[in-house]
Amino acid sequence: MPKKIKTVVVENGFEKEVEIEVPDGPPASWGDPRSLRILGKRNPRPDGPDKVTGRAKYSSDIVLPGMCYGRFLMSPYAAASVTGIDISAAERIPGVKAVIAIVQNGGQVMYHGQPVACVAAMTPEIAEDAIRAIRVQYVAKPFVVDVVKARDSQAPKVRAEMMGGNVQYPGENSKGDVEAAFRGAAAVHHAVYEAQTRLHCCLETHGQTVKWDGDKLTVWASTQFVSGVQNDFRGMPGGTKNVQVITEHMGGGFGSKFGAGPEGLFAMQLAKKANAPVKFLLNRAEEQLANYRGPGVVAEVKLAAAADGTLLASDVMTWNNGGASNAGTPLDQGFYIIEPQVRRAKRYGVLTNTGGTAALRAPGHPQAAVIYDMALDALAAKLRMDPLELRKRNHNDQVRVSEWELGARVIGWNRRQEVPGAATGTHKRGIGMGSATWGGGGRKSATCTVHVRKDGSILATSAVQDLGTGVRVYVKGIIAEELGLELKDVQADIGNSDFGPGHGSGGSTTTASVAPAIKMSAVRVRELLTATAARGLNVKPEEVELAVGGKFHVKGNPARGLTWKQVCALLPAAGLKATGDWNDASDLQATGVRGCTFAEVEVDTETGKVTVLKVVGVQDCGLVLNRLQAENQVTGGIIQGIGTALLEDRRMDNITGRMLNPNFEEYKLCGSFEAGGVNITMDPPYRAMGANERGVVAIVVDNPTGKVSGIGEPAVIGVQSAIANAIYNAIGVQVTHQPATPDKVLEALQKKGARA
Amino acid sequence: MKAFQFIDARDLRSASAALGRDAARTRLLAGGVDLLSELKERIIEPETLVNLKTVPGLNALRLDAKGLTLGTLVTLDQIEFHQGIWKSYTALAEAAQSVGSPQIRNVGTLGGNLCQRPRCWYYRDESINCIKKGGSKCFAAEEEADNKFNAILGGGPSYIVHPSDCATALVALGAMVKYQDARGGMQTVPAEEFFLLPTENPARENVLRHGEILTEVMVPALAGARSTYVKFKEKDSFDWAVSAVAVRAVAAPDGTVRDIRIVLGGVAPRPWRCPRAEGMLKGKRLSAALLNEAAEAALEGSKPLSKNAYKVPLTRVLVRRAVNQAVTGKQMA
Repeated sequence: MPKKIKTVVVENGFEKEVEIEVPDGPPASWGDPRSLRILGKRNPRPDGPDKVTGRAKYSSDIVLPGMCYGRFLMSPYAAASVTGIDISAAERIPGVKAVIAIVQNGGQVMYHGQPVACVAAMTPEIAEDAIRAIRVQYVAKPFVVDVVKARDSQAPKVRAEMMGGNVQYPGENSKGDVEAAFRGAAAVHHAVYEAQTRLHCCLETHGQTVKWDGDKLTVWASTQFVSGVQNDFRGMPGGTKNVQVITEHMGGGFGSKFGAGPEGLFAMQLAKKANAPVKFLLNRAEEQLANYRGPGVVAEVKLAAAADGTLLASDVMTWNNGGASNAGTPLDQGFYIIEPQVRRAKRYGVLTNTGGTAALRAPGHPQAAVIYDMALDALAAKLRMDPLELRKRNHNDQVRVSEWELGARVIGWNRRQEVPGAATGTHKRGIGMGSATWGGGGRKSATCTVHVRKDGSILATSAVQDLGTGVRVYVKGIIAEELGLELKDVQADIGNSDFGPGHGSGGSTTTASVAPAIKMSAVRVRELLTATAARGLNVKPEEVELAVGGKFHVKGNPARGLTWKQVCALLPAAGLKATGDWNDASDLQATGVRGCTFAEVEVDTETGKVTVLKVVGVQDCGLVLNRLQAENQVTGGIIQGIGTALLEDRRMDNITGRMLNPNFEEYKLCGSFEAGGVNITMDPPYRAMGANERGVVAIVVDNPTGKVSGIGEPAVIGVQSAIANAIYNAIGVQVTHQPATPDKVLEALQKKGARA
Repeated sequence: MKAFQFIDARDLRSASAALGRDAARTRLLAGGVDLLSELKERIIEPETLVNLKTVPGLNALRLDAKGLTLGTLVTLDQIEFHQGIWKSYTALAEAAQSVGSPQIRNVGTLGGNLCQRPRCWYYRDESINCIKKGGSKCFAAEEEADNKFNAILGGGPSYIVHPSDCATALVALGAMVKYQDARGGMQTVPAEEFFLLPTENPARENVLRHGEILTEVMVPALAGARSTYVKFKEKDSFDWAVSAVAVRAVAAPDGTVRDIRIVLGGVAPRPWRCPRAEGMLKGKRLSAALLNEAAEAALEGSKPLSKNAYKVPLTRVLVRRAVNQAVTGKQMA
């Protein structure tokens, strides 16, 4: 059946929109992955050179005439009442254009770093002088920053208005008779674990540069959701319907940059008050103190198993450190991936006088993974069972099992200690594993528009921002693949709310949401140009085919054809535009990915130092659109996870209630030495690594669905688990309270020694 | 940071004059690595910075039969990439190489490294008025404090640890430190005496009074000596010492220890010499038992705070490894 689509034609010298008939081919398909010319290959990102040379302009780089700089005055107290706030001295400083008191007289502050007032001034230095000239009178109140202390009924109440104290948001997820299951168990493991609170550490801090032109607001936002920021500005007090958001490049979000945020709200208000553009980007200390954290979780875990390794039951209580503004609830079903037949999970959100929470790369999953993966390995040891066998005994997804087996083979699983801690000597090696589960499917929201000009050039536009995953490569790649062209033939302009509805880069959903829309826009262009070529060749559209090289010719007669440029020359002056929508091709994406991580470490048992020797990340990814970027996602997840496992440690001070390390010197991220320095790329047949090879390996396996799924988040989930379990395998005792810094490793060894 | 004036010093005398007497108003600038973070974090708010880098002759590096002479402005990467220093003064080369990151070592100077301020996070927090900043107490000493990196030796009334890697190595190497005093005269003191304990003055970490300028470090040659600096960091890519040990030893061909100096870093408010451990080793050949005894002796008197007891056994291990390395030239198995 032919179908009708809209296009623009020239009639009597005038362009007009008409409906034309095109042959209705089979539904859009990615085709056989082996036949793809561009997709699935290792294609470098086109913006790479721009980024390393500084040509790429981030929100931080925007400089506008007359621009002012925004700064927050942040609360130095973890808990206090504000009994006076005087901004007049700040307003009198030459160069200060606007001052806004955020917390009013009588207001409360609930964490160190809470914004109290803000200023806009002509230089960052004047802005800093101005915030220091604001006089705030505080009456300090008792506070609690530790999640365990906060549970105590005698602890200071973080939010006096909430009934029931600091332990909030109870939830329960139960199935079956837990007591009976434990009575019948051959082995029981019972321990308390803690997955630490983490900071996002975006290399570009939060913030925006905003400019008013009458009623119109232009925002250069460091965001992972251009359209979300646009909606925020439309809805907020003093906002406007007429707002454009631009995010050409941005330096990471990890789940913390979906909305305008307080930086955006006050940038906009300050800009109005100052009658000048305002750049409001946090500095590093402010960024580390801001109201975004991946919440830590304390969990009391009991697991029961039968002698054959069948997981009988779990009995779990979790306390999620939600900070002062959002107690939230942890992801907790009483298990992670490996599901017991019977379970009881009680969960609570605990209020503390610390900053609130935000999604952080697979929110809830790394915490749940490290807690349950460690518990499973301890249970396996009690059963004298291989931890991988224990997992296999209780899980039957064959794709997952094959990924476990692949990871085990590459890391050399058989080299692990059969009994944890059995190695002799001071430097002990161990191997451990962790697993991940994620969605990664797309959502209806994104569109892509392709504009083919009369000279044959192609511009693809989409509002979607590049969170850092290399969106431009597949915008160009999908279109070039469909049209028989090369990457260089397509220009991609993204990250601008003027380009239609955008998509929030959360949940690893971006690629699966945008790729089908891009594909459909390219399919429409192909159909329209085929019809144009048919007119030029004087045949019916169904007689024309498009060959590699962008040449349209009559089927079966390659000699009778028109080049890409010749066909485009037949277009009206405006060229042609086609928009693709997710709705029309949602079958090109799928949800549900797995993934696992295997790690080998060496522990210096005399110093407590853990050295990561190798990490193998196995990740399935549906159809791989760009293998280089897919591997980068996995490598990046591993590197971030190494820092989580060994270093990242927010220090909240019980004496002052202040965060002691709002910086990168003492809040330590994984560096090049920690990652191992070598990035080894492996292709089939995935040889096993030698004992002395050190490095990070990303294996991206093609998911049998053949459809597009996202993998940004699952890549990080199992890393902390794998390293924590490798440490356990090496030294025979678990570092239950993460991260595994040397002091905690030595403490664990000492406790083990005392028991022995 | 607060706005400041910037003065390029022509010579030491003009630098000293520009610094004047009031420490609150002026500061000396060399590489600027630590100074800049103190300025940015408002730990100090001087009105004037006096740039020492415009003073000629302070970046000379001379290595001869008598020893090694290093101007105060010699950068850490100059030390790190000097083959002669690696050969004869290994501990110093290792210490310099262990500092910060390559970017920091490119601009960080030896003088600045020795005079850098402590890393204690109570000290580094502008809002916390600790004893080092004129307050009445050391927050790190409290039971509830987060003191995992603080002192286990020589603490009180402040419990900072000295942050300099080169300081620990130079004390072990028997270095001398030369400085211009407030009256314009040149003074020379052993590195060991250059650094102070908080009981002597809790507000600063060395003998320099405001306006006095460290100009040169001299390391004497010692025939047959071998040295090492063993530093333990949480994060290898960039970190200060959780604990460190510098050792310089002279061993007879049969392995008998003829001379040895053992200095601990990262555990006390100044580089911490271990005379009793040194005495136990002199005239003896190393054995596992002797190394253990010496390591015990090196940490004698240690008084851990509430959260840093792990540093005691950790440092003992580093003592054993560093002594063994310096005496035998081999890493411990």
